[in-house]
Amino acid sequence: MQQTHDISPEQIERDKLYREMGLSDQEFDMVKDIMKRLPNFTETGIFSVMWSEHCSYKTSKPLLRKFPTKAPHVLQGPGEGAGIIDIGDNQAVVFKVESHNHPSAVEPYQGAATGVGGIIRDVFSMGARPIASMNSLRFGNLTNDRTKYLFSEVVGGIAGYGNCVGVPTVGGEVQFDDSYEDNPLVNAMCVGLINHDEIQKGIAAGIGNTILYAGPPTGRDGIHGATFASDDLGEDAAKDRPAVQVGDPFMEKLLIEACLEVIHSDALVGMQDMGAAGLTSSASEMASKAGTGLEMNLDLVPQREQNMTAYEMMLSESQERMLLCVKRGREQEIIDIFEKYGLKAVPVGEVIEEKVFRIKHHGEVVADIPVDSLADDAPVYHMPSQEAAYFKEFQQMENSIPQVGNHKEMLRTLLQQPTIASKEWVYDQYDSMVQTNTVVTPGSDSAVVRIKGRDKALAITTDCNSRYIYLDPETGGKIAVAEAARNIVCSGARPLGLTDGLNFGNPTNPEVFWQMEKTVEGMSQACEVLETPVISGNVSLYNQSKGKSIFPTPVVGMVGLHESLEHITPSHFQTSGDAIYLIGDTEAEFGGSELQNVINGKYEGKAPKIDLNIEVTRQKHLLDAIQSGLVESAHDLSEGGLAVALAESVFTNKGLGVNVKLTGEATVALFSETQSRFLVTVKEENKASFENKLSDAKQIGFVTDDGMLNVVVDDETIIQDDVKQLENLWRGAIPCLLKSKA
Amino acid sequence: MKFAVVVFPGSNCDRDMYHAVKEVLQTEADLVWYANSNLENYDGILIPGGFSYGDYLRSGAVAATSDVMKQIKEQAAKGKPVLGVCNGFQILTEAGLLPGALMRNKELSFMCHQEELIVQNEITPFTSGYDKGEVVRFPIAHGEGNYYCDEETLAELKANNQIVFTYKNNLNGSIENIAGIINKEGNVLGMMPHPERAVEKLLGSDDGLRLFKSMVQNWRDTYAANA
Repeated sequence: MQQTHDISPEQIERDKLYREMGLSDQEFDMVKDIMKRLPNFTETGIFSVMWSEHCSYKTSKPLLRKFPTKAPHVLQGPGEGAGIIDIGDNQAVVFKVESHNHPSAVEPYQGAATGVGGIIRDVFSMGARPIASMNSLRFGNLTNDRTKYLFSEVVGGIAGYGNCVGVPTVGGEVQFDDSYEDNPLVNAMCVGLINHDEIQKGIAAGIGNTILYAGPPTGRDGIHGATFASDDLGEDAAKDRPAVQVGDPFMEKLLIEACLEVIHSDALVGMQDMGAAGLTSSASEMASKAGTGLEMNLDLVPQREQNMTAYEMMLSESQERMLLCVKRGREQEIIDIFEKYGLKAVPVGEVIEEKVFRIKHHGEVVADIPVDSLADDAPVYHMPSQEAAYFKEFQQMENSIPQVGNHKEMLRTLLQQPTIASKEWVYDQYDSMVQTNTVVTPGSDSAVVRIKGRDKALAITTDCNSRYIYLDPETGGKIAVAEAARNIVCSGARPLGLTDGLNFGNPTNPEVFWQMEKTVEGMSQACEVLETPVISGNVSLYNQSKGKSIFPTPVVGMVGLHESLEHITPSHFQTSGDAIYLIGDTEAEFGGSELQNVINGKYEGKAPKIDLNIEVTRQKHLLDAIQSGLVESAHDLSEGGLAVALAESVFTNKGLGVNVKLTGEATVALFSETQSRFLVTVKEENKASFENKLSDAKQIGFVTDDGMLNVVVDDETIIQDDVKQLENLWRGAIPCLLKSKA
Repeated sequence: MKFAVVVFPGSNCDRDMYHAVKEVLQTEADLVWYANSNLENYDGILIPGGFSYGDYLRSGAVAATSDVMKQIKEQAAKGKPVLGVCNGFQILTEAGLLPGALMRNKELSFMCHQEELIVQNEITPFTSGYDKGEVVRFPIAHGEGNYYCDEETLAELKANNQIVFTYKNNLNGSIENIAGIINKEGNVLGMMPHPERAVEKLLGSDDGLRLFKSMVQNWRDTYAANA
């Protein structure tokens, strides 16, 4: 086999070897212009990863610019490891979501585990202590054996890594749809807490300062992972398994403690984790952001394997590694801290004035690149966009009401759909309580994590109904943001901002690009109206297999603030006798609904409509009522409509029941997925004050203590069912599907 | 009373344990890093949960051979109370301070939620604040909490009243539903459930607070008796 460093620059050009690394002919020409010569093998590799979609956002950048990212309370918007929002008392919350879809499709356990590890590093590299993890997962149909395997292994990987590293996994969401069958989505979110004066930046500033490499040695794992993540997932994806990294959560735990000790030393100038494109991206970005250059000697880089080439070292994505810039002469202070934790930190380079990224290996210069060209000169593509053909067809369809013969049986069926059924099988495997801050554990609209020593808490949620977005990307984009905010408000918190994990198909397909454009437009409008800026995010494209795109899935990770612990509100009904209110009117809207899927086996028609002004008004009024102490429980209406929300609210093991009276067409009243609706309980004595604050709330019944779910529509009993039996069906559905043979 | 919370590389409930005794109970406590430590001046030793040394080899096996374990054994021999929770329990069995072993849960997966326990022995320095047969709620969070010992050891545990907590429901396969045991001398307690996660009603239960209060109360009584 020919050694990569033997391949001449001329051969790279002649045989178009750059194409295998992911560069197009046009991009290679741009590289030649920047270099004013032919790049060698290592340099070509460096450009190809830095200009990959994963690192450069070259096709999504024009869209991402549309997101509102600023607000007075935003301390750090997109661009650093994670975004930061002020929460008062000199404290701030740091958060970001990141995808690990392609690795999880071929090696689900490690793919998911390293996804968790990577996002946690993004947060503590800012100087924040990671206090909570969340995730958003998508799989194919759970009756398929491969899906069962992917699902079990992904959950196992998240648990294996997250539990060991000591960051509680406080919640998340899982949905199942055929479009994800060969291309599951694994988006991990991490939230950290920081004092304002501890915020770090990933910069290599101060000419002559030292670059330290910290963490385990570099191996050949994950080489070209960023490029792999920026391509279609082909049927021969299994051969890409070596591009998947292997995680070591024990190492990460040591790294967290060491780095959080290091930030208190004024010898530290900047630090960044080695994520996608490893040493290449961390080093070049740190210099680029500081307006400096950087010279590195690869002979000094700790290596796990023998005879590694410069190309391999620069592109390796070995996990749990950090790069630090440290004041010259004070390296030992930092090295000692890492040593306490049994970690190696070694000087590998220095900050230089000349704005180049210069890499030496075995006494030779193996790369010499204008440093800003890697981050700033990456091409930006304005892809052609075309309205999807299906969209026109769907928009012309009338809102029809699916035929439901027996509503009681239908509720039972809906509660057993994997997307609606209890996810206890998943979250019971996560340590959701370590760090002793988790007030609301998984299984509610939002998780709630208190801030020790203060009368406040954070609400965290991940959400995205991709079915609506498929039907109508703009409306669906609005709904995704609005629904996340609903979850936060129901828990009693004020939404602060969000991180977006944009998962789409192949952007060179104009219909896919149209989906991206419209989704971002819808989300941006909702962000403006709901005052939730986008402070960080991630884009994952080329999510498709067997030639079909996934449903557009822009995961919204949102964080809110409880201004007092008193405001924390459960999503479940609390006490017999409490009045049940439904906020918002209900119309016949079944496009993209769970009912449509159960009856027709497909999603079609119009997505439910949403009026953002009504949405924000209702959310503000509800939050006001909660903060005034008038609300016992609050839950938003989502998949499966009112009937499912009522059932979920009463699954509390307290023997509670429900008595409600509704009007109108029974299928609409029970199962429609009309937006901006909430289910709220209120004590008898607070009813008048509550109704004053929420003019569009209607009392529909009472919480009872008879353990029965009773629903009357227009004086006819439509559902009369035993809550315990319903709860058993709902809880048992996923374990049962996993045990059954396909 | 002054507690030492021993921190191994990979411990992750250390700060929770510290919070429980220092900030909630308001007693004296230090986080004590495992290397170059001195446990001489502490009145009680707490070994927290987590994944010491990444649980590599076997849960607790590497920590059990560390230098600080020699000191813990010395302090235990002097009669000082030693509490090991979760990974701390695993370390105590690996170090031979408690009999038996903790195997993988019968369903082979990690589990985390509130569980009901029954207090079987209320005459220990850790449980004097509970009633015999009382049902308490503690969180569990473990993948390897399936307690096993041979029949002879089990008979001995029973004869000496060493079974302190049992699960109300057998969730992880533990023999006789054992959740926590004490040594023959009555000063080393190991348990899988997390009392330090059950010290504030806000987080779902404060049933664990009495365990730490019992430790303090018994130390005071002993101290008063010796003074």
